[in-house]
Amino acid sequence: MAGDLRITVNGKQHRVDTSDDTPLLYVLRNELQLNGPRFGCGLSQCGACTVHLNGDAVRSCVTPVSAAVGGAVTTLEGLGTVEKPHPLQQAFLEEQAVQCGYCINGIIMTAAALLTKNPRATESQIRSALAGNLCRCGTHMRILRAVRRVARA
Amino acid sequence: MVTAEVSRRTFLKGGGALVVAFSLPSELAAQSVPPARSVKALPADQIDSWLAIGQDGRVTLYCGKVELGTGVETALSQIVAEELDVDFRRMTIVQGDTGRTPDQGYTVGSKTIQVGGPPIRQAAAEARQTLLSLASSHLGEPAEQLVVRDGVVSVKGDSTKQVSYERLIGGRRFERAVTKNAPLKAPGRYSIVGKPVRRVDIPAKVTGTHVYVQNVRVRGMLHGRVVRPSAIGAVLGGVDEASVAGMPSVVKVVTQGNFVGVVAEREEQAIQAASALKVTWQTPRPLPAMTALWDTIRDAPTTEKALVNTGDVDAGLAGAARVLHATYRYPFQMHAAIGPSCAVADVRPDGATVWSGTQGPYPLRTSLASLLAMPAEQVRVIFVEASGCYGHNGADDAAADAALLSRAVGKPVRVQWMRYDEHGWEPKGPAMVMEVRAGLDGGGNVVAWDYTVWTPTHSTRPDGQAGNLLAGQLAGAAQAKNPFIGGDRNARHPYVIKNERVTARWFAAPLLRSSALRGLGAPQNTYANESFMDELATTAAADPVQFRQRHLSDPQANAVVAAVAKLAGWVPRPAPSKRPPGSGVSRGRGIAFAQYENAFAYVATVADVDVNHATGEVRVARVFVAHDCGLIVNPDGLRNQIEGSVVQTISRALKEEVTFDGSGVTSVDWRSYPILTFPEVPERIEIALINHPERPALGAGEPTACTVPAAIGNAIADATGVRLRTVPFTAERVKEALSRV
Ligand code: FES
Ligand code: FES
Repeated sequence: MAGDLRITVNGKQHRVDTSDDTPLLYVLRNELQLNGPRFGCGLSQCGACTVHLNGDAVRSCVTPVSAAVGGAVTTLEGLGTVEKPHPLQQAFLEEQAVQCGYCINGIIMTAAALLTKNPRATESQIRSALAGNLCRCGTHMRILRAVRRVARA
Repeated sequence: MVTAEVSRRTFLKGGGALVVAFSLPSELAAQSVPPARSVKALPADQIDSWLAIGQDGRVTLYCGKVELGTGVETALSQIVAEELDVDFRRMTIVQGDTGRTPDQGYTVGSKTIQVGGPPIRQAAAEARQTLLSLASSHLGEPAEQLVVRDGVVSVKGDSTKQVSYERLIGGRRFERAVTKNAPLKAPGRYSIVGKPVRRVDIPAKVTGTHVYVQNVRVRGMLHGRVVRPSAIGAVLGGVDEASVAGMPSVVKVVTQGNFVGVVAEREEQAIQAASALKVTWQTPRPLPAMTALWDTIRDAPTTEKALVNTGDVDAGLAGAARVLHATYRYPFQMHAAIGPSCAVADVRPDGATVWSGTQGPYPLRTSLASLLAMPAEQVRVIFVEASGCYGHNGADDAAADAALLSRAVGKPVRVQWMRYDEHGWEPKGPAMVMEVRAGLDGGGNVVAWDYTVWTPTHSTRPDGQAGNLLAGQLAGAAQAKNPFIGGDRNARHPYVIKNERVTARWFAAPLLRSSALRGLGAPQNTYANESFMDELATTAAADPVQFRQRHLSDPQANAVVAAVAKLAGWVPRPAPSKRPPGSGVSRGRGIAFAQYENAFAYVATVADVDVNHATGEVRVARVFVAHDCGLIVNPDGLRNQIEGSVVQTISRALKEEVTFDGSGVTSVDWRSYPILTFPEVPERIEIALINHPERPALGAGEPTACTVPAAIGNAIADATGVRLRTVPFTAERVKEALSRV
């Protein structure tokens, strides 16, 4: 079960030495020192840990690292940068759709996966896609505006 | 890689005067820790304690207030840039570090701009005056002849004669006191304050490069997890260390009194070890049943305090044409931050460094010093932003956990609370009961008002006491003493009533550990006062807006009520509107008003709700807010705060109630403590801001929260004719109330 695993994250190959069942979240945060995916609940209830695995939004807190072997993982850092933001990151900036921002990783990653599959998602499709992403600061109205901005673009 | 390393030798050599050298190859360095800087002492009356101008012309604000997700970093920087006459983009802010920033107490109570802003503004004004006098000697012109534009001082009418701030003082100290006599810029000349400047923290937050305390990684750091008692007040029976002995990477099982934790090299293994560790507990007498909560509160021994007693309430009630009476109940609720509390501590025999999302680095420092039995000067607390903070959550507790575990292993330890640690053990907003009786005269005016609130204190913040830290309580620190605070906030209604009595009955021990949650007792008291005003308006067959206005004498109060009525397109009608007997979905509209702490920001809120008669489900469809908090520093930041307050308080009003059994909290995850989700948030939130540049800036994080529960309750009553006197307005509760009609 312990092993030398190869995973591809944000286009780069990494070898990690951990057991197969270690949640991907801890590998990304502690082995790869990434800060986009966050620990919120570890229970698949809040969405803070969301990353893309082969383009799908998955919850890295309950995804064993072995599930990522051979696949492509993208984190918030891989989506865009301050210099070259993803359209959603730009839209969150334009709408100032952040308070503490702790939830924002999961929300942008979930919305990005939605808009890849459904670029013209409607308000209600956006709301239901984000139903499992919790935000405690109450930034929802701005977040919805930001996602709509890209869906309509 | 994010690694922070404090050179301990230099740290200690400084004694009270901290000299800290950082070797930081990382974003933590870039974001929150500037290069080595020696700080002799941090008296609040010295410009150098607050401000520095670098050789590159950058301005650094050393701020004792901290960013909790509300945008104060940006707003406070706006204030400095404005007074100093520099471009906003030159600003850098260092927050909440007992080694480098002045002591500004806690960042609480919507007071960051209101109370934290003025000393910063004065320091900046003093700095500008100092720079002008330096420029005057440099240029050989009287200070009156000088003008400043973006940190460049020039002679009026001769722009060839000029000198920059960095040339005048870059990299050097001001060595001047803040006299408070330096002239402040007139609000009419503001060009940065009052503008919707974009928040400085957002680019990093949307790209994953922002440093939260959860991302602090110190070289050689281990991972700790805590194992809490099986019940509140349980006593440790024994720990079977053999139960984790064979587990990989486990470094140590730590016990101190009833405090239990494990330390491991890898995070996932610390989690596994904490859940595998066999611990036995002796459980104490169980808590009362949750169904007995309200009686337990009402029957508790109390200390009574009269807040208002004017006129003759008893005679007023006796002589009234109609007397109404109601009891309102508000449950335990929690902060429930999306990121559970986290801290990193590096405790050595000769000094401790703690990274924490605390609201009060200085008070946490003295509490930790007491916990560790170390002089406060040897403890350095460095604030690093955490997940959103809405009051006294687990941030300080996690710091104490990390400190005890680090001391036990002699290495830096990061403690990340699990979801059940946060939900289960963070201090709760306490349950309260409010009872009110009032009389109307024949003309429908309120002539007597008698209000009583049963409440415990709403503040058990660290305050220098180890006993206010969970780890301290478990490890056997002396029981903390906390004054009665916050439960009486907004107990007094804002209206003019001839005979009134407002009484707080303080009880000592809430069933669950409690402390400050957004607004303290103000949302609960406002819920009772503003629901009851509607009940009175109903009895008087009056329009709820006009009824309030008739009883208000303060023009600013009347102005916000009028503003929200206009914004919402309020159509006057007796309360409640006449509705056909309930079926399907009916819509209702309610208003509530408050002046925060009866002295600060004015807020009036209108909520439109849809009530489903079959299911009892309430949907808040639209919310309108009129808001007057004096001078507005950043209108977009203010709107963000108001929107957040609205959404969070809708959640509290409709869904949230901490549940418990004989052992303790049973709502320990998001299923057992649900909050408002994207499909459930309103269609629209509309806000009218009233700006008073001539007045001081008042806090805005909490006032709106006060008005939301009553506005919703009043709207439900309007939609259905049914009055809900217990929060939250869950579907079951609404359905049950509708079935009784
Ligand atoms: S942390 Fe993964 S869903 Fe909450
Ligand atoms: S912005 Fe703080 S939790 Fe969403």
